[in-house]
Amino acid sequence: MTIKEAENQIIEEFSIFTDWLDKYEYLIELGKSLPIIKESSKSETNLIKGCQSKVWLAADYKDGKIYFTADSDAIITKGIISLLIRVFSGRAPQEIIDADLGFIKEIGLQDNLSPTRSNGLVSMIKQIKFYALAFSANK
Amino acid sequence: MELIKDISDIRHHFPALSQSVNGKPLVYFDNGATAQKPDCVIELVNKMNSGINGNIHRAVHELSARTTELYEGARESVRNFINADSREEIVFTSGTTASINLVANSFSQAFLKKGEAVLLTEGEHHSNIVPWQMACERHGAKLRVLPVDENGCWKMELLDSLLSDGKVKIASVAHISNVLGVVNPIEELIEACHRFGVPVMIDGAQGIIHSSVDVKKLDCEFYVFSGHKLYGPTGIGVLYGKKVFLQKMPPWMGGGDMVGTVTFKKTTYADLPLKFEAGTPNFIGAAGLGEAIGFLAKIDKNFIKEHEEILVARMLEGLASVDKLKLYGVSDRKISLFSFNVGNVHPTDVAMLMDKMGIALRSGMMCAEPLMSHFGVSGMLRASLSVYNTVEEIDYFVNSLKRVLKMLS
Repeated sequence: MTIKEAENQIIEEFSIFTDWLDKYEYLIELGKSLPIIKESSKSETNLIKGCQSKVWLAADYKDGKIYFTADSDAIITKGIISLLIRVFSGRAPQEIIDADLGFIKEIGLQDNLSPTRSNGLVSMIKQIKFYALAFSANK
Repeated sequence: MELIKDISDIRHHFPALSQSVNGKPLVYFDNGATAQKPDCVIELVNKMNSGINGNIHRAVHELSARTTELYEGARESVRNFINADSREEIVFTSGTTASINLVANSFSQAFLKKGEAVLLTEGEHHSNIVPWQMACERHGAKLRVLPVDENGCWKMELLDSLLSDGKVKIASVAHISNVLGVVNPIEELIEACHRFGVPVMIDGAQGIIHSSVDVKKLDCEFYVFSGHKLYGPTGIGVLYGKKVFLQKMPPWMGGGDMVGTVTFKKTTYADLPLKFEAGTPNFIGAAGLGEAIGFLAKIDKNFIKEHEEILVARMLEGLASVDKLKLYGVSDRKISLFSFNVGNVHPTDVAMLMDKMGIALRSGMMCAEPLMSHFGVSGMLRASLSVYNTVEEIDYFVNSLKRVLKMLS
């Protein structure tokens, strides 16, 4: 599956929700089911500090692909993280660099990812792209 | 003049309150951050931007004369509002933070020396910590901190021991904490500080809204506040200072309007209060603040007091009905500002979902990290109400909160 295909799958999942309540309930569910990051990965170096919530992001590079794990202290943020992990984890660096993340707007979460919300998500995406750039340079 | 003493009358004057947010009628509970503006303030600001606009104190032409009149008229309104002795004691700044920075810089320059100290409390906003920390670093002085107890109240019994060695040169404390919503015993603190010859600055960002301030009765050396929390425009603030101190303090910023004569050899400074008003001041903001103060005078004082008591009682009752809710700042001198957490639920999650229901709350550290550490949390939720909020809004807020908590549990 390509990044675009993973994004389309998420768009389809969200298309059944007609009001915001159902959508956020789903995000909360996703947040609760996000696989827990290794406790050792929740380090100061992996911490992306937003004013509102904290996000931890760790990356492993194996056989040409980057695997991300992440966590947050806020559950809705965690739900959105789980979508980002689904899209980005297990991809080649170049694919991550090229991704435009159109699905976020499609499913109506662009507000949560605007730089003004200071919840750490914008910085998280930036960090994901940095990892991709770094790993592609080290190849 | 017929005074306003009816909540729907008051709301009618605030156009922002009748809007919908996320498809729901707005419930604006973030007044501690900034207040909505009454129509008269909006109209005056519009009128000035679209016509009555000329730089103040500078020209002989009609527009300049009219803005100068509005600006100085606003100064008189502020003077009267806080019962200061003279216009020379009212300095316009850009806000509370700017006022504190002005005093932290200028006062410290004149009076703070190596080995001396500045007294704060644990409940201060960052704006009343950082400027003093910077001043202390510059002058080789230290901060001393009066701790708060588990309810967020000052540990007054420790005050004398912090003052008794004579090292403290100024105390700077909040009238009402922006997190705890408790009216601090500033009268008692001022009295104690004066016994040791220590001048006191009161950060009135929240205090000016929720109590009538009389600087002469308080006898504080400085009192500072912002216009935008007091229904005025953003970018305007006030520094009240006793003349005897303002006269001894050097100017902080240099430039237009603060000078007497300028030569390359030596510049003399303008008299008070212009000595501290370098550059073109926010004269439209100041006029707007004057107008906001005028609007407040039109509301029945007893109504304001009784209405706030009703809101506080209703809110405390509502919050008490929420399972596992912990309220920070418990006192019989509580204003309509409530910070809390519920179990382990993250404040941001609650605030985000409440926003979807049209309710504006604050979440996070609220610019008071030391106070967050004191309570062992990384954030709180805050509902801060104002004269235009209603009992119905509180009920909707409490019901919505319960619904949101259920979603998150």
